[in-house]
Amino acid sequence: MKEKRSIIFAGAVVGILSVLLVYFGNPTNMGFCIACFLRDIAGGIGLHRAGVVQYIRPEVIGLVLGAFIVSIKNKEFKTNGGSSPFTRFVLGAVVMIGALMFLGCPLRMVLRLAGGDLNALLGIGGYGVGIYLGVLFLNKGFSLKRSYKMPSIEGYIFPGINIGLLILLISGAGFLFFSNEGPGSMHAPIWISLGAGLIVGWLAQRTRLCMVGGIRDMILFKDSHLISGFVAILIFAFAGNVFMGYFNLGFVDQPIAHSDGLWNFMGMLLAGWGSVLLGGCPMRQLILAGEGNTDSAVSVIGMVAGAAIAHNFGLASSGAGPTVNGQIAVMISLVLVAIISAANSEFATRRAEA
Amino acid sequence: MNIIDARGMSCPQPVLMTKNALKKSPDIVQILVDNETAKGNIERYLSHEGFLVEFQNQDDDILIMGRK
Repeated sequence: MKEKRSIIFAGAVVGILSVLLVYFGNPTNMGFCIACFLRDIAGGIGLHRAGVVQYIRPEVIGLVLGAFIVSIKNKEFKTNGGSSPFTRFVLGAVVMIGALMFLGCPLRMVLRLAGGDLNALLGIGGYGVGIYLGVLFLNKGFSLKRSYKMPSIEGYIFPGINIGLLILLISGAGFLFFSNEGPGSMHAPIWISLGAGLIVGWLAQRTRLCMVGGIRDMILFKDSHLISGFVAILIFAFAGNVFMGYFNLGFVDQPIAHSDGLWNFMGMLLAGWGSVLLGGCPMRQLILAGEGNTDSAVSVIGMVAGAAIAHNFGLASSGAGPTVNGQIAVMISLVLVAIISAANSEFATRRAEA
Repeated sequence: MNIIDARGMSCPQPVLMTKNALKKSPDIVQILVDNETAKGNIERYLSHEGFLVEFQNQDDDILIMGRK
């Protein structure tokens, strides 16, 4: 029961901080969005040139470093890796392509619903179906195989890169790209964003909060532990939005969202399926990367690469709706995820070993 | 008795491996894990299923022992 109380508390804090970050300057319903923020960071370091989505988001740095600090403190920091790293890189990229079709990671999907954006319902529907598909393969013995202990330095590099990014951001390095307009230009002050990230990183590491684990564990084990965090985020962000006057119920004219139901559904189906195969949602990948899991670090870099591809090739949706390129990319990605799912399931790996 | 080696497996595979092991041996099970997340998840699962759960630290790993 104590465990459940702490994850509900963590969800409540995430929900409330998300609303506060909007108050301090983040785009509406985007207090936290791991996909959007990694996309902004990809733009900030010039990996894509979509001028409206470029910024080094301190929330991401805070999430990683919060998890890093608490895992060191509790002696849970362990460097490991080697569980199909390149497959994870590709899965990270396709999760991003799905999330940018919908315009948000699973966390922002919940925050969008909490802000009254009913398009998120289609996203959640797709997300649930995607998770269900992933679970089908888990039940067929899907595995990206074991990770192994690695030299400590391997695990320190990812948190180290985040410290480096923070130094670049604070020093105002001239070679970074920052949006002058659009979502990338809207952000809370650096220290508030960083602080919020650190708090959530800390809590998420302690409670293992995960936006894909909730639905997955309900389907697999009828275990409601993780989903209670998911629901707490929804309830507290909803209450916060109503209190602050941000709540706006409807499908049209929602902030940084489009109302193409089919593609909202398909985008999150892809993100959900890919996340199950990775073993956790994008936020969880950041937390794991902070505690020394280099497979998750590779997944995160895959997401950054996916964001760059999505904006360079015109795959990402905008408020105007999805693009044809994006629709084609989501369909190709789904085929790819299906192949990865099948090829790593027991029926295929057993045959290969025989 | 076989010890299930779930070290290095991503979520939720350690729990799935435990669940599958219980099909063969419904009253007693031992699982070796290498992280606190897997330990917590398996403990929660076994407790729900009515098992008594004990732990034993083995170097960097944790042996989880469940019996009815």
